[in-house]
Amino acid sequence: MSTLTVLQVGPGTSTQDLGRPGFSDTGLGAAGAADRGAAALANRLVGNRPDAAVLEALLGSVTLRSDAHVVASLTGAPCPVTVESADGRVRGAACFEVVTLAPGDVLRVGTATAGLRTYLAVRGGLAVEPVLGSRSWDSLARLGPPPVTVGDVLPIGDAADAWPLVDAVAPPRWSAVLDVTAGPRDDWFTPEWRTVLAGQVHHVTPDSDRVGVRTTAARPLVRAVTRELPSEGAETGSLQVPPAGHPVLFLADHPVTAGYPVVAVLTPASVDRAAQLRPGDAVRFRVLD
Amino acid sequence: MSAPVEHAGPALDVRPAGTRAVLVTFGTLAEVTAFRAGLEAEPVPGVTELVSGARTLLVRFDPERTDPTRLAPRLQAVEPVVPTRADVPEVTTIPVTYDGEDLETVAALVGTTAAQLVAWHTGQTWTSAFCGFAPGFSYLTGSAPSLDLPRRTSARTSVPAGSVALAGEFSAVYPRASPGGWQLIGRSDVAMWSLDRDPPALAPAGTRIRFVDAGRA
Repeated sequence: MSTLTVLQVGPGTSTQDLGRPGFSDTGLGAAGAADRGAAALANRLVGNRPDAAVLEALLGSVTLRSDAHVVASLTGAPCPVTVESADGRVRGAACFEVVTLAPGDVLRVGTATAGLRTYLAVRGGLAVEPVLGSRSWDSLARLGPPPVTVGDVLPIGDAADAWPLVDAVAPPRWSAVLDVTAGPRDDWFTPEWRTVLAGQVHHVTPDSDRVGVRTTAARPLVRAVTRELPSEGAETGSLQVPPAGHPVLFLADHPVTAGYPVVAVLTPASVDRAAQLRPGDAVRFRVLD
Repeated sequence: MSAPVEHAGPALDVRPAGTRAVLVTFGTLAEVTAFRAGLEAEPVPGVTELVSGARTLLVRFDPERTDPTRLAPRLQAVEPVVPTRADVPEVTTIPVTYDGEDLETVAALVGTTAAQLVAWHTGQTWTSAFCGFAPGFSYLTGSAPSLDLPRRTSARTSVPAGSVALAGEFSAVYPRASPGGWQLIGRSDVAMWSLDRDPPALAPAGTRIRFVDAGRA
């Protein structure tokens, strides 16, 4: 089996796929790639099946050595990319293009220049051992193939399909506006919640992770209903509002149930965008009708 | 055998929860359970997953197969089903050593003795209402009247795995060490979560549990 050996990797890099939905009744969430669109694009660029596992690298920053002829692609947060062959020659490569590796080639992915999560797909997918049917690491449940560390040997599988017709695509144009739909608990907030949410800039705080993007803003959301919310099921993209009044945007590893009211939910496209927000980034929300 | 119950009161409260789910709210946990049983008995096309809460049911759907407008009347038409004896699965037994740090405090809070509190905890059948918080963390409701206990005023930064706890209308066994604000009354060696088991959770929604006093065994 062909493999990639990890020579260098930053913290928070894990394998991800479409996740493991269907275990909510046991208290286990779905996990999966935080930016679904970017992971799917990386897979399409190398002709993989949609369920192939990819590498999700926080801020890029990963170096891999291939032991075979491998076709790879990088999407999501853009990074400088080079390939060094066994004889020391270095050639250029780039995100949003197909990259071919020969045996002994070293793929160097530098630090992301924008965004937060870079996705690396290899034709055939990463065939690490699945847990409960998925190769996604769930950082909240601490379940799944563990985060990638130096020295790991990642096997390449056979989750490939027909070859795609393109070898390069345009990078995404990220909006600074996140779209939400109201509810399910918008009536637990004063009617001004729409202007508090949409009428000011919110900033991403450093304690954000795969569970959620935490935000702060000048004006908090104010509760109209102040009693405790009995725990209830929550969607990915939920804007859960803790007592301080600043929304937490639930990402892939969010808990199955929310303990605070959810004022609104991000659209799937905005979930992907939220997964690329860095601490300190400014965002606005738009409430769709 | 299941007994259908009459629709009572106003129409269901169905709330949007993004573009792929709706949240149905209820007045009691029993209504959640009965509605869910009714929905599972006659599945609605396009519904992909149900997530029970204490007073709610999150209904996830495939947006390519249905939408909230088509879903709403189908949900309104669900006949709640109250499980009868014959539906109820076997009872799982969990041995507990009742030496929790909050045992005496809780007994004092409800005006009883530790021994009577243990008798209350072991003297009823508990049912897993739903799981959340962590894999294998089952929210268990009792057949006896609830104590409706408050949570601790400050949460513990680490509650040991196997801790048997009470909060609100629920009892639970912590599947693993985690922060927690529940009142600790005992501990158990039972694995609430194990990947060597299918399903990995000992008590998914619907499981019936009986606690026994390991000190008396």
